Amino acid sequence: MAEWTEEITHIAGTNLAIVKGGKGKPLLILHEELGHPGWMSYHQELAKDRTLIIPIQPGYGKSPRVEQIRNVHELGLFYSWVLNEMNLAPIDVIGFSIGGWTAAEMATANSKIFRKMMLVAPSGIKPADGEILDIFAVTIGTQLNATVHDATAAPEFRKLYGGERTPEQFESFEEARTESARIAWDPILNNPSLSYFLQGVKGLPTHIVWGREDATVPVSAADAYKAALKNTDVKLTIFDGCGHRPEIEKSAEFVKLVREFLA
Amino acid sequence: MHIMYFTERPYRDVPEDEVIKNRSFFGVPNRFYDAQVGARLYNEYLDEDVYAEEVGFDAIMLNEHHGNPFCMGAVMNVEAAILARITKKVRIVLLGNPLPVVKNPVRLAEELAEIDLISKGRLVPGWVRGAGSEQIFNQANPAYNREYFNEAHDLVLACWTKPGPFRWEGKHFNFRYVNPWALPYQKPRPPIWIPGVISAETVVWCAKHRYPYIGLGTALQSTVELWNLYGQTAADEGYMAGTENFGYLQQIHVAETEEEAQKQGRAAMFGGGAANFSRPEHTLPPGYNSKEATRRLAKQATDYGFLGITSEKLKESQSGDVRHIGIPKQNGDTREKLRKGEISVEEAKKKIYANYQKAQDGLQIIIGTPKTVIPKLKLIMEVLRPGVFGLFQAQGPLTTQQRLTSIRLMGQEVLPAMREIAKGLGIVDPFEREPGSRPYTSGTQYDSLVDLEALKRAPKRDESVRV
Repeated sequence: MAEWTEEITHIAGTNLAIVKGGKGKPLLILHEELGHPGWMSYHQELAKDRTLIIPIQPGYGKSPRVEQIRNVHELGLFYSWVLNEMNLAPIDVIGFSIGGWTAAEMATANSKIFRKMMLVAPSGIKPADGEILDIFAVTIGTQLNATVHDATAAPEFRKLYGGERTPEQFESFEEARTESARIAWDPILNNPSLSYFLQGVKGLPTHIVWGREDATVPVSAADAYKAALKNTDVKLTIFDGCGHRPEIEKSAEFVKLVREFLA
Repeated sequence: MHIMYFTERPYRDVPEDEVIKNRSFFGVPNRFYDAQVGARLYNEYLDEDVYAEEVGFDAIMLNEHHGNPFCMGAVMNVEAAILARITKKVRIVLLGNPLPVVKNPVRLAEELAEIDLISKGRLVPGWVRGAGSEQIFNQANPAYNREYFNEAHDLVLACWTKPGPFRWEGKHFNFRYVNPWALPYQKPRPPIWIPGVISAETVVWCAKHRYPYIGLGTALQSTVELWNLYGQTAADEGYMAGTENFGYLQQIHVAETEEEAQKQGRAAMFGGGAANFSRPEHTLPPGYNSKEATRRLAKQATDYGFLGITSEKLKESQSGDVRHIGIPKQNGDTREKLRKGEISVEEAKKKIYANYQKAQDGLQIIIGTPKTVIPKLKLIMEVLRPGVFGLFQAQGPLTTQQRLTSIRLMGQEVLPAMREIAKGLGIVDPFEREPGSRPYTSGTQYDSLVDLEALKRAPKRDESVRV
């Protein structure tokens, strides 16, 4: 039996592709700006005791663009609608990069929509030190390189992005980049109001995870998130020798952390 | 035939090594800008335009680019406004205002109306989507490029033709009180021409709007295909396209002797020319091209070197280079090798200049005396039959005197010859015959827009040569 399925569901006024796999309590995963990377080892591990629900963001892959989603906050409103319609709230969530930003936006609107929230190197807040990489003004190759600290130490990265890209792969990357540009071009991958509204998040245990050597979203943004989430229980874990993808670069440690946090 | 004088108004004193080191004109830091030089050049270029009028050009063409020494016309409408006052009879052709980066189309409509009024009806506005780098420089979301273009276009036209005041509530622009006081001198509005380098979508859009399409130095074979696409679309729209619907821009330098011309003309290769306008990542930001256009570009065998939009650059932007993980090396071009540090700036420069003769052989640039350039221009005119022809003064560090001599020789000898040739070929321009004014009866044969026999005589362009 396949470990996962991808089905198109008519929901929240659109046809949304949702990848599902595993067994146990549902766990929402919001993917990063290059899309759902495929079924990685961390999915496999987490799926042993959780049902992973991975909506494919509108405008990516088989999910058509929703013109009314004009920014990441509205993307959050969309996913909130999806969760309500599926009767999934409150649900545990892990959001990667722009997916983490999206989860944070959802929490600002309604802290009770999640049971626990893990944010993995989310964009969304302008860091005090350094700049969020302008992924729209670099080539895909440069963008990919900037997501890991040491590609040689991350075999899954090689599996994902090694070798020549096929025209189909390029097209799916380009579609993903186009959609994230559409909703996050200006301001550059952040929402200046997010820090303010995150102060309203209460009673939502949150875990922020970052790589010390993150070249996409500088680690200083972790402190900004932690400071903004001052009215809820928040933990911060920073992996040394790690870039923007702890889930791939420190896969075993990452899975352990998730299990402990969501237990 | 309507003949335009055009220059990019390059900042000619930029160190060439900086352009090559940065792998583009867009990317040279502005610490290399000297206000004294800038002041001198802006004035010289305006004087050049006045001189071009004196020697017999019908129009001055201007363009707009931002943030690089390749073109100083970052605010083209300012130059156009000055020309409106200091020239007497030339048309002022703007090719074009980059609509997607204009944050306020109502103000643009006002600016252009003022220029048309000051010039007493000599303005020909035109619109472009803007190079990829213009989107980055102006913080214009590339994913909305075509939507911005279409809506800004409609709004500017509404400003000129729809009685105000009215409210505009669009997808991207909202104005509560549109009632521009200054309306264009020309009624119902100034003629509009559209320049282009590659996009079939743009050609179809032009044909539907009956706007003349100006090919910017595109390879003849591909230009023929675009012309035919225009002609077919025109027929579908119920009118017959003709020479009045087309224009072509050609880079050129003319000197008194062949030896001088060849020596001076090397300037056109400066910094890698338009092929080094911007790096791949700045040329094609996400969403700038439609999926279909990207697919077409990927398949494109022909060089659309102007502004460096090439299938090669697309390939570079797609593959990039994933460090550490042993992707096989590609047969990259000079730019790519330079990026990887495989060759030095000096070596890169040598490679650029080694293509000088090939660039001439393929008509990317035409260099010579009036006697030697006229037959080449004649061939282009025979193949494409454009009603509008832009002579684009070669780029690079030519001296002011060399540029003025080139303009004088064009005026004295090249322009009269071109007019004669045009007469012989039955070419009429958009002022002699209104574009889109001839009805087309479905099922009948429409005029041939190009000369395929002449195309057979045209040299094949070497695709590896970028100017």
